[in-house]
Amino acid sequence: MDWEKLGLKMGLEIHQQLDTKSKLFCPCSSNLTDKKADYKILRNLRPTQSELGKIDRAAFQEARRKLRFLYEAYSQETCLVEADEEPPHPLNLEAVELAIVVASLLNMKVVDEFHTMRKQVIDGSNTGGFQRTGLVATHGFLETSQGKVAIENLCLEEDAARRIETTNKGVKFRLDRLGIPLLEITTDPSIHHPEQVKEVAYQLGQVLRSTKVKRGLGTIRQDLNISIRDGARVEVKGVQDLDLMPTMVQREVERQIKLIEIRDTLIKRKASVEDEILDVKSVFEDTDSKIIATAPAVKGLKLTGFAGLVGMEIQPGRRLGTEFSSYAKKLGVSGIFHTDELPAYGISSQEVDRLKEFAGAGAEDAVIIVAHQEEIALGALEEVKRRAIMCFEGVVEETRKALPEGNTEYMRPLPTSSRMYLETDIPTFTITRQKVQKIKNNLPELPQEKKERIESKYNLSEDLSSQLLKRDKVDDFEKIMNNLKVDPTVVASLLAYSLRELKREGHSLDRLDLETLINTLKLLEEDKISKDAINSILIHVSQENTSPLEAAEALDLLMLKESDVEDIIQKIISQKEDMIKQRGMGSMGPLMGIVMKELKGKADGKLVNKVLKETIQQFL
Amino acid sequence: MNYRGSAKKLLESSGISIGDLILIEKDDVNYQGMVLDRSADADDQHIVLKMDSGYNIGVNISNSNLKLLEKGEKPKLDLKPLVIKEDPDKKDISIISTGGTVASIIDYKTGAVHPAFTAEDLLITNPELLDMANIKGKAICNILSENMKPEYWVKSARSIYDEINEGAYGVVVAHGTDTMHYTAAALSFMLETPVPIVITGAQRSSDRPSSDAFLNLLNSVGAAKSDLAEVTVCMHAGSDDTYCYLHRGTKVRKMHTSRRDTFRSINTTPLARMKEGEIEIITSGKGYKSRGTVELKLNDYLEPDVAFIKSFPGITGEIIDYHLDKGYKGIVLEGTGLGHCPDQLIPSLERAADYQVPVVMTSQCMYGKVNMNVYSTGRRLIKAGVISGGDMLGETAYVKLSWALGHCEKLEEVKKIMETNIAGEIEEKSSLDYFLQ
Repeated sequence: MDWEKLGLKMGLEIHQQLDTKSKLFCPCSSNLTDKKADYKILRNLRPTQSELGKIDRAAFQEARRKLRFLYEAYSQETCLVEADEEPPHPLNLEAVELAIVVASLLNMKVVDEFHTMRKQVIDGSNTGGFQRTGLVATHGFLETSQGKVAIENLCLEEDAARRIETTNKGVKFRLDRLGIPLLEITTDPSIHHPEQVKEVAYQLGQVLRSTKVKRGLGTIRQDLNISIRDGARVEVKGVQDLDLMPTMVQREVERQIKLIEIRDTLIKRKASVEDEILDVKSVFEDTDSKIIATAPAVKGLKLTGFAGLVGMEIQPGRRLGTEFSSYAKKLGVSGIFHTDELPAYGISSQEVDRLKEFAGAGAEDAVIIVAHQEEIALGALEEVKRRAIMCFEGVVEETRKALPEGNTEYMRPLPTSSRMYLETDIPTFTITRQKVQKIKNNLPELPQEKKERIESKYNLSEDLSSQLLKRDKVDDFEKIMNNLKVDPTVVASLLAYSLRELKREGHSLDRLDLETLINTLKLLEEDKISKDAINSILIHVSQENTSPLEAAEALDLLMLKESDVEDIIQKIISQKEDMIKQRGMGSMGPLMGIVMKELKGKADGKLVNKVLKETIQQFL
Repeated sequence: MNYRGSAKKLLESSGISIGDLILIEKDDVNYQGMVLDRSADADDQHIVLKMDSGYNIGVNISNSNLKLLEKGEKPKLDLKPLVIKEDPDKKDISIISTGGTVASIIDYKTGAVHPAFTAEDLLITNPELLDMANIKGKAICNILSENMKPEYWVKSARSIYDEINEGAYGVVVAHGTDTMHYTAAALSFMLETPVPIVITGAQRSSDRPSSDAFLNLLNSVGAAKSDLAEVTVCMHAGSDDTYCYLHRGTKVRKMHTSRRDTFRSINTTPLARMKEGEIEIITSGKGYKSRGTVELKLNDYLEPDVAFIKSFPGITGEIIDYHLDKGYKGIVLEGTGLGHCPDQLIPSLERAADYQVPVVMTSQCMYGKVNMNVYSTGRRLIKAGVISGGDMLGETAYVKLSWALGHCEKLEEVKKIMETNIAGEIEEKSSLDYFLQ
């Protein structure tokens, strides 16, 4: 695809949990728990007037579903703040500092005064009905191989509650995650190539990892905004895999192109959406379709001029009908039927003909049917009607969910900015220029810089240095190197590979903290062990809970002293006198083998070689 | 506007007012946004901007240049007027609003939650209430409940009296929670009512989606339609948005600074459980006043000069003397334990008796009855003329004493009133389930 010609524009939004001691607005720890809940709290949320007197349309849609929310709470891990039973405590300053660090690494301008806002979210994920968030910095940028990308905003906000399960009674959330500090970083929509978006995401990830952020599944979440020139902004939520990003972009662009094509065809056909929702139950009196036969009501909607388009593929495996269906599903149906895919699902071609006749649909028209309880079926078709009317606009602004294979699915309308108003329970917070400067003067090294530095300083291979970086072992490596004079490559490969192998072999690494590793490597530094003995010692330490020295003794891996080596060589020479007399210095080779076997690797080869040579010379 | 000092000067000299779209140019960055007002207690070094993204930030005014981009209107709430159609099949319920969190909204001026809703605004944001009854809204004052005064209790009582006289089937009073239990007690003494009078409020302001206001209001309207013709407080029963309790107005107290279920019946159990506007009476033998059993009566004389004093280990007689010298007409002393105070107070209390100033003893334990017969200190207090508050809450005793003094002056008569159950404030029997549960 010609991205430039299509006018592809993308923006990235990254959410990263911070690894702070406590949450953003309360003293609870910022860790998750899997314990059984101590308390269960049942709540309802209602949309309200925002600061500017407008009610957000996304908020309203949620309200229509009238869900009740069940929250799992804990006496230790959560408190009244998460339960929305106490005003928030003052802002967590550790989190503010981390935000300023990241802002500075992204060349951003930090605001003079931080105002905590309430962002309305009434899907239940926040007990208050809003997420607390504040703007920390603006006007930043990142360099990529395809040009500069502007970083528009960096916000510090609280993470939402964890969705545990959705039942027909409502949604269950766990309050442990609610309030964990989160950085939200948004780029401007100037990213113009699918590969570039991946690069930006990677770089942002690297910047974040240079500070105290949480690691692991779910601690970083990426959303992608995509539009093409004639399309509209679509926000894709929950993009997990960086490698999948380019595919996802391509498929979304494809979807937008197809929707524009559909719009043009509809206009050409003078298509329209009928207002009346029909009761089509009578058409299916003796139907073989189980779903239809068992449903209390079957309702239909005629889409004039839509034939062939509803069944048109707009993403691999997804049709316009799929879009209609995802709108309908929000009202509680499991799906819709449309005439472009019928006869199928037990619906016969005679029934399709009767349906079309009943609806007054011609060859160019399509009919959508929904089988469910009357009220739900009507509601679902109203949603289909709403979505069908949107087809005349081409692409509509939506929030969509990333699907694992690279497709996207409708979630809700794009939120409007009116859902933001001041959090009145928290005073504004002044960020002095001195503070910003102090942080700027002490910025952490970026991962790439770190890697390059250790590579040249310790003369490591590029493979070892990137492994250390990838496994987050650079700091450990440097700590060991600052303590001991040992071969950097030995230390690096121990951290990068050996430990992993031990783990893979089923050994527990719990006891192998940095101190143990240093004590083990100290034995190497003091020539008490050979480097080949390290793995065996570590295994012993982890199994028997001994010190590395005790392990080396127990395993008989301590190196022999020079005098011990001399004694052993003397002994062997006296046993092999005949051979030495016969071969002279030519006996070095075979004798070396015998001695080394006897020493079981407990002496350095060079030393053995030296002593053996001297002893033979003396003997001769 | 609340801007002051340097920030105000800069805004004025640049011809900029609240709501204008402006550009602030600084050494290394420019910000564009709408000027918002600033909290009155904030410094004068920052201007608040609402950015396009919806975020507010404060911009330091030093080395900054302001440019007006577009004049704007000050943002304001735009509530559509409510068209209420009367339904002859529905009961007429009056909602009287006094202010507080149940009727509040964010205020730009201070950036704080302020009481700003009229009773009608309550209905606009809670239109479901109109399905339950023909609702008539009336705002009689708009104050935070910590600013409540006895004179406002009188105003409220008269207003409720008028509503009932004009045919209200029940009355709901929207009130701030801080002093709700004082008002509840005051209305209990001032009004003899043939219909329910239900006081309600919110612990989470009604501008937020998680507000408890709606459930409390819904159940209050339900309670106002019920048979329970007393002054009650209707608030969340627990942390869940499931049901509310109806507490007797003289036996209820705010017991937590922030929880939804802050109101608890003390020395009694709640009168009813309210779920989805339906009442389930749970008085378990205590009984209650049914609708229409008494004639509407208003006894609204209150003596404002009554003091409510808490005893503490270092207290001296001076505090009592001060109030006597200032001409206070009555004192409620919240004593320790069974109703005690340090010996050194006794001369001052005897002086009060000489002045014919009633002193009523309640307990800061809150739970349980005052009994001054058990220890010698108590017996000396009785001898000094101190009146036992029984199992009355200190707050209720304070309100009752104001009311009693409003109706009679003779010490003996006041004593008799204080010791007689008037509005459910005194229970003879202490049941086993009357303590923290």
